[in-house]
Amino acid sequence: MSRFELPVVPFPQAAKVALADSQLRRNLNKATSTIRAKRKAVTEELPYWEELREAGRRIKQETMRNLDRYLLQLEEQVTAAGGTVHWAQNADEANELVTKLVRDAGATRAMKVKSLTTDEICLNDALQAAGVEAIETDLAELIIQLAGETSSHILVPAIHKNRAEIRELFIRTLGEPDLTDDPSDLTDAARRYLRKTFMDTTVGISGANFAVAETGTICVVESEGNGRMCLTLPKTLITVMGIEKVVPRWQHMEVFLQLLPRSSTGERMNPYTSFWTGVHNGDGPREFHLVLLDNGRTKVLEDEVGRDALHCIRCSACLNVCPVYERTGGHAYGSVYPGPIGAVLTPQLRELAAYDSLPYASTLCGACYDACPVKIDIPRLLVHLRGKVVVGRQRKGLRFDGEALAMRLAARAFASPKRYELAQALARVGQLPFVHDGVIEALPAYLRSWTVSRNLEAVPKQSFRQWWRSKK
Amino acid sequence: MSSREAILGRIRAAISREEAATEATEAAEACSGAGEHSSLGERSYLAAEVLPHERHDRLVEMLRDCRAQVGRVSESGLAAAVHRACQARGIERVLLPPGFPENWLPTGLSLVIDDGSTASLTPADGVISTCSLAIAQTGTIVLDGGIGQGRRALTLIPDYHLCIVEAARVVNSVPDAIEKLESAVAAGSPLTFISGPSATSDIELVRVEGVHGPRHLEVLIVE
Repeated sequence: MSRFELPVVPFPQAAKVALADSQLRRNLNKATSTIRAKRKAVTEELPYWEELREAGRRIKQETMRNLDRYLLQLEEQVTAAGGTVHWAQNADEANELVTKLVRDAGATRAMKVKSLTTDEICLNDALQAAGVEAIETDLAELIIQLAGETSSHILVPAIHKNRAEIRELFIRTLGEPDLTDDPSDLTDAARRYLRKTFMDTTVGISGANFAVAETGTICVVESEGNGRMCLTLPKTLITVMGIEKVVPRWQHMEVFLQLLPRSSTGERMNPYTSFWTGVHNGDGPREFHLVLLDNGRTKVLEDEVGRDALHCIRCSACLNVCPVYERTGGHAYGSVYPGPIGAVLTPQLRELAAYDSLPYASTLCGACYDACPVKIDIPRLLVHLRGKVVVGRQRKGLRFDGEALAMRLAARAFASPKRYELAQALARVGQLPFVHDGVIEALPAYLRSWTVSRNLEAVPKQSFRQWWRSKK
Repeated sequence: MSSREAILGRIRAAISREEAATEATEAAEACSGAGEHSSLGERSYLAAEVLPHERHDRLVEMLRDCRAQVGRVSESGLAAAVHRACQARGIERVLLPPGFPENWLPTGLSLVIDDGSTASLTPADGVISTCSLAIAQTGTIVLDGGIGQGRRALTLIPDYHLCIVEAARVVNSVPDAIEKLESAVAAGSPLTFISGPSATSDIELVRVEGVHGPRHLEVLIVE
């Protein structure tokens, strides 16, 4: 964990704030439903979509099972192509490494391609603390950076802001007094502002979507061209990638280049995809550094069920289909990885005890599993992690845990028909003050936590068993 | 112990190979290159062979879908088509990658052949290049820095990119392209896949074309 991390707010509390923001909910609904429809159209036009998903899953599974070999192969190939490979066990180590590399290049400024991995380690804050200015060049990341906020969606990070807010922000920060709120006008302003940066900055920093072990080739997938600028124009390029992003063979790109754009933006292919191998004479950076980041990934790998979360290719399809994400947005998940995948990745990368509300931030409806291009069974992982949360609490000896007590009582009641009917009879009387139109919206005291986020059907006047007896 | 050794050690401790071995053998072989494609399953996603003229129709349709301008010309009509395209956009000063066949160009353009300097990039109105191949299934052109394509910055900085695609360079699908590009990758050439002009939907999901790359992409297919 980086020393720049913010304190953790449990999901139910954070979600409550988000749910009260009606503008946010409108923006999210529009974004998720638009991308859902596009994704559906371009995945359905491929009759072999399911086979592609299965191929993606198998490649990722095989990669994890031999991760050490593929990383060593990647290191060997990148080095042979004139690059330098560094290994970082955690965020602080990676940040120190990158800061030193920027300084060694004689720069006080670096331009960045949108990268979740560098967000995860809070690289920008670390660079700033060391006196290096990090400029985000993706439009949404720039908006967020200028506003001093954090991303709320993997793919469209500024989806919580509308055009009027962005106009106001650009007038204030980019010195563009005559802007309208037309998105193409706002985009033009960003182009003008960043063009100079692209031409003058000598260090670029990126993440990686894929890294091919066989050839040492790194891949970055993008839309705006800011990635191409950062990967091509600087003298020095630094790429920070999670160790799980390696893929064994070049041929495997035939699978991922079909899966990723269609799942992510709902395009057959995204506007720009860059591949590079080390340094290339006369084209692009003269120095290339690859930082391989662990930061909790080897811990995830230890869990044979949980490790499937490392297969994620960061497409954000699971966010867009999730009924919970659609209502709460990304900030409620308290991590750079929001939505269903965040709910299984964050608690594993960090400490489960600190993020123990996230595995419960789901209805287990399974839409995320169906949408996932590499078939990560997210509901299974959620249930697996819920089990670990409960066991963790028991080990800590939290005897007065209300939920555990309720579950023990329920187990006793369900174990005997007599006790079960007695419990029903008691509930039928006890619920009377709280039932309105057959629904209980709020229970008192210890039972309140059950009804905070859901309504409860009232216990009916006659149970099925009573009805059955009366018919005999 | 170095971070490298520490990370590799933790990975080795986390993956118990015995338990995975039986299930993964087949996949492992494919991934290391020993088996034939088995980690990819049946690869039924390899599209059936499409006739060249259908392939070109598909490429045109998909390029248009990506908001690129597309023309189909014969080799003898190419220079005239380039002339029309440049005239329509008021392009006079054109950047050219080294080795670009100048007999494809009309007279009257002011040509700047790239010398590798930053200075040659900025004043041009547009750039004309060839490509390594084009993918019909997705409307993608691929540059690998070969003759007539130049370094990557060349097709990035000017506001207009005109790409000439020779008929023989059109492939059906993404897997076909990946296979054909294998030797370029092995040789260490950087690759750029381009599908339409640069675009963003970052503000209220409204699509805006032309953020940082060329705002206009035009493709001429030579048949």
